[in-house]
Amino acid sequence: MPDPTGLELIAHELREHVAGSVADTQYYRGVATLVVNPERSLDVLRWLRDAPAQRYTFLSSLHGADYLPHEPRFGVHYELLNLDRIERIHVKALLADPGDLELPEIDSCIEIFPSADFQEREVYDMFGVRFRGHPDLRRILMPEDYEGFPQRRDFPLGGEPVLFTHNEHELPRWYE
Amino acid sequence: MSGAEQLAPGVSAERAPLDGASAGGTEHELLTINFGPHHPATHGVLRLLVTLEGEVVRDLKPFIGYVHTGIEKNCEDKSYWKVIPLIERMDYLAYYFNALVFCMCVERLLEEEVPPRAEYLRVIHCELNRIHSHLVWLGTSAMDLGAISVFWYCFRERDKVLDLFEASSGQRMHTRYVQVGGVFEDIPAGWDRKVLAFMDEMEQRVGQYEAMLDRNEIFLQRTRGVGGVPEPRLLELGVTGPLLRATGNPLDLRKAAPYSAYDQFDFRIPVGTVGDCYDRYRVRVAEIRESCQIVRQAVEGIPEGPHITANRKVALPPRHELATSMEALIHHFKLVTEGFRVPPGEAYVAIEGPRGELGCFVVADGSAKPARVHMRDPSFVNLQALRDMAIGGYVADLIVNLAMLDPILGGIDR
Repeated sequence: MPDPTGLELIAHELREHVAGSVADTQYYRGVATLVVNPERSLDVLRWLRDAPAQRYTFLSSLHGADYLPHEPRFGVHYELLNLDRIERIHVKALLADPGDLELPEIDSCIEIFPSADFQEREVYDMFGVRFRGHPDLRRILMPEDYEGFPQRRDFPLGGEPVLFTHNEHELPRWYE
Repeated sequence: MSGAEQLAPGVSAERAPLDGASAGGTEHELLTINFGPHHPATHGVLRLLVTLEGEVVRDLKPFIGYVHTGIEKNCEDKSYWKVIPLIERMDYLAYYFNALVFCMCVERLLEEEVPPRAEYLRVIHCELNRIHSHLVWLGTSAMDLGAISVFWYCFRERDKVLDLFEASSGQRMHTRYVQVGGVFEDIPAGWDRKVLAFMDEMEQRVGQYEAMLDRNEIFLQRTRGVGGVPEPRLLELGVTGPLLRATGNPLDLRKAAPYSAYDQFDFRIPVGTVGDCYDRYRVRVAEIRESCQIVRQAVEGIPEGPHITANRKVALPPRHELATSMEALIHHFKLVTEGFRVPPGEAYVAIEGPRGELGCFVVADGSAKPARVHMRDPSFVNLQALRDMAIGGYVADLIVNLAMLDPILGGIDR
C-alpha cells in the first residue's frame, strides 16, 4: 500500500497528467483511496496502469456499493494491484443517482482491464450502474427478465415468491 | 481424442486443426449446444453455450446465476458476527477462507489485534481446508477423465480432514470457527497429535495419487498440452491461484503479502512451466504437500496464550464468567442482541484461497450491520479464462479445462 505521503504524490501527479481527475484522497486503516471524477476514470486507470513509476497492472476486483443516505449515492470501486511491489491502491468513482428510471453511467474499463467483464456485469445487475462501452452488458446473476436492482439499499429484503407445489396456483402461468 | 502431435509444449490457440473433412473442401455446420446446467462435469450448475464445428469448440459463453442466493444482500441485514456462517456458504469448499477473509476485513476496520495462538489456529485450519478443497478437486477432476478410483481415494482422505474439523469445532462443514478477533474455541486435547498423524498419512497418500495419475497414459494424453493460455493473457483476465502459478508466475499472497502467521513458516510455492492442464494438476498436488508442511510447522510451533482477543466489546466473554461477573453478562447480552458496532469506513482485504485471490470488501456505516459485503471470489473471475482455454480445442478437452479450472459454483453465484 502507498503510505499517506505516497498517495498524495500519486494524486498530485495524476492532477498534472489528467486535469480534474482526482476529487479527493482518503487514507483509512492502511488503505489508500483515490476518489476520482467518474468522467475521467478511464484516464486515471490507464495512467495508473501505464505510468512507469506506478504500474498498477492488475485489476484484482471491481465492485459497486450503494451509500444511500449520502450523495453521490453509488460507488464503483477498483482494487488495483502492482504485481512487482504487491502494492494495492483503491480507486473509487462516486456516481449521483439521476433519479426516476434513469441509470447512473460510467465508462467501462474493459479495454484497459479485460477482467472487468463479468464484474462490471455484476455491478450492473446488482446496482443498475450502466457501463458505457461494455460489449455485452446483460444481467449475470439474476434472471434476465428480472426487474429492479437487488443490491440497492432501498430494495427490500425478502418478498420474492418462491415456487412450491402448494403455491404454484398462486403464480398463474409460472411455467412460461 | 487429441493425437500425439498435439502434445508439444507451448500450446497455441489454434492447436486443433479441422481433421480430414474440411481439408477435402467439405464445410462443417456450426452446432450450438447447451452444456449443462445439470451436467456432472460442470461441477455444479454452470451452463455453457458451446458452438461446435464438428468436435472443435469455436465459441463458448458461460451462463451463471443458477445458485445465486443473494448472500451479499442478506449480509446487510445481519450483525457482523452473524454474517460469518452465511458467508461461509459462498464457496462451500473453502469455508475457513471465506470466514477468515471477512473477519480479517472487519478486524482491520475495528483495528483489532488477533492473539498469536489464534493466528496459528487459523493457519492450521486454512491449510487443512486447502488440502480438503484440493482433494475434492482432484477426485472430481480425475473422475471427469474417467479415473473413478482416484475419486474414492481422495474422498477417503477428505473425510479424515472433515473428522479433524469436527473434532476441533463440532461441525464437518461450515464450521463458523473463525471469529472476529480470533477463533471460536481452543483445540481439544490430543487434536494436535491427530493432525500430525494425518499429515504423515497424507504425504504418503499424495504419492499414491501421483502414482495412479502421473504414469497413466490416458490422463497424460488428455492433460498435457491442453488448454494452455499465456501468462500475460491470464493476468489480463484477472486469473490468480494455481491456474496462474501453472504458467510459472509465483504470485501467492501467502508469500507475496504475508497475512496471519504465514511469514513464520518455511514453505515453497509450486509453479509450472507451460501452463497446460497437466501443470495445473501438478501445481495443485504439490500444494497439498506444501500445505502439509505448513500444518506440521504450525502444530509443532503453536504458541501458548488466548485463542481470541480479550476485548469484550468484540468477543464473547468465557462461559464461566457469566455466572460471577455482572459486567461479563452485560457484554454477553449486548453482543448477542445487537452485536458490536464498527466505525464508518471501508476496507478491502485479500488472502490466498485454494482457487486464487479471495478478497472481501466491507463498507461499515457505524451500525452493528455491514452496509455492504462483497466477496471477490476467485472462481467468478477465473471463469472468464475458460473461453481462452477451450476455444480451438476439442469438446472433450473442454471438460478437462473446466475440471482443471476448479470452479465452485457456490462461490461464482454467491
